[in-house]
Amino acid sequence: MASSSYTQPSTASPLPQLRRLKLLWLVAGLIVAAAYALSARTTEFNLWTIIRDSDLFFQLIREMVPATKERWVHLLTNYLPRLRGPFLQTAQMAILGTVTGAVLSIPLIVLSSRNISPHPAVYTVAKGLMNLLRTIPDLLYAAIFVAAFGVGPISGILALAVFSTAVLAKLTSESVEAVDPGPLEALRAAGGTNLQILRHAVVPQVAPLFWSHCLYVFEVNIRASTVLGLVGAGGIGQQLQLMLSLFQYENAFVIIVVTFLLVAVIDGVSNRIRERLV
Amino acid sequence: MARPGARPRFSARHPAGTIAGAASLLQRTAILVFLVALCWWAAAGIQINVQRIGRGLPAIARIFSSMAPDAQWLWPAVETMGQTLAIALIGTTLGAVLAIPVAILAARNIVVYRAISALGRQLSNAIRAFPELVLGVFFVAAYGPGATAGTLALGVHSIGMLAKLYADIMENVDPGPAEALLAAGAGKLQVFRFAILPQVLPEFVAAALYRFEINLRAANVLGLVGAGGIGVILLQALTLRRWGVVGTCLLVIVAVVSVVDYGSACLRKRLV
Repeated sequence: MASSSYTQPSTASPLPQLRRLKLLWLVAGLIVAAAYALSARTTEFNLWTIIRDSDLFFQLIREMVPATKERWVHLLTNYLPRLRGPFLQTAQMAILGTVTGAVLSIPLIVLSSRNISPHPAVYTVAKGLMNLLRTIPDLLYAAIFVAAFGVGPISGILALAVFSTAVLAKLTSESVEAVDPGPLEALRAAGGTNLQILRHAVVPQVAPLFWSHCLYVFEVNIRASTVLGLVGAGGIGQQLQLMLSLFQYENAFVIIVVTFLLVAVIDGVSNRIRERLV
Repeated sequence: MARPGARPRFSARHPAGTIAGAASLLQRTAILVFLVALCWWAAAGIQINVQRIGRGLPAIARIFSSMAPDAQWLWPAVETMGQTLAIALIGTTLGAVLAIPVAILAARNIVVYRAISALGRQLSNAIRAFPELVLGVFFVAAYGPGATAGTLALGVHSIGMLAKLYADIMENVDPGPAEALLAAGAGKLQVFRFAILPQVLPEFVAAALYRFEINLRAANVLGLVGAGGIGVILLQALTLRRWGVVGTCLLVIVAVVSVVDYGSACLRKRLV
């Protein structure tokens, strides 16, 4: 009697559970397999043809990398100096986009942090707006702004600014929501106004994180601004697009290598500063 | 009083009225001046024309107001969005699988030779430095426009991104189980299979899922350089100024990206 009540749950009940788990895995596996089969069909992606046609790829590499020493000298002395302007423009776009985004993000941060937002409804709307803005990639903003403001860096800056605003607001509002609530409560108990609470309890805790997020967004924007030109929004990408459409692959190669070096250097410096900040 | 050699910080650590407070105020002012000068230089270089921005604002308002979705284009948009999803899925998988060998090379606790792990890290850094879109342009030039170019671009870029994450995950593995197995006389492959793999696999999958979210966003714009997916329609609509079609595509993108983000975040929460 005692033994039956002891053995029954241990033998009978885990089995259906196990069977259900197995079924769940089976269904999940089937769904994943179907997704892959469908994806392979719609993209017509075929590793075999890619490997078979890899001579196309190597052909392009051969056309890109200068073969002789004379070509190298020619490119480095004649073409490289001409890239100074577009590269400076790329950096300037990233700077202005980041700074504009940082300024615009501040009100959005206050509205979209649960613990300092003036009203739950405002919080919901601000958070929703932020998430909506973030689902559209910066390049799409750039393509739309190019249609409105014309080809040039201004469209790129505005695109970076909109996207940076959303990303900075998201990252920083998460930091604000994670602050130590002690100082906030102390100030509120002492009769501090909302602005005083913000100034003396929230800002000191969040400021280093905000600066760090700004630097991170700047890194992202430097990367983004190198490609914004592909849709006509200024910077070095516009040169790259031009050179590729003219089949000037050697020039395109120089642009890609310099971009690579620039991004690596800026990433390194920015990482150093961020490590010191946080 | 400030300790000599104490690291200066931006936060208000030093109260006003002390020497350290004055120094930190000076430092903050210097940084502010530097930032303002930087913006000034950048704005002067770009020749920001406020009037032109002012003229563009009504245009933006007009564009957004004429973006009312066009029901006729809903199905083509959904269909090409399916292709975008497929590009992101296969590209991420390609990267997630190929990143494993690079990550094993780069993890300092698995490959003990520092030269090799440094090489692995540099390899993943180098791959990562090329934005997906540059790779997209490159593969379009090599293989012609289409989804194959986009998939390859995402795959190659993901190798760089995921290899670094994977290597970090492997370096943070708890060495206990591996040591226990080694002490019990297990071979290297057995240690990997029974001590390392169970620890890292859920985190690998979570990293790949996160990458999938990012790649989906990237896949939306790869079409703008001819690499397949919804971006192709979008580019045509933008050049022809068919704002209704643009609106339809944006609606589909926002909806699909939001749903995928939500689902992926739920899965990741359960994994890690």
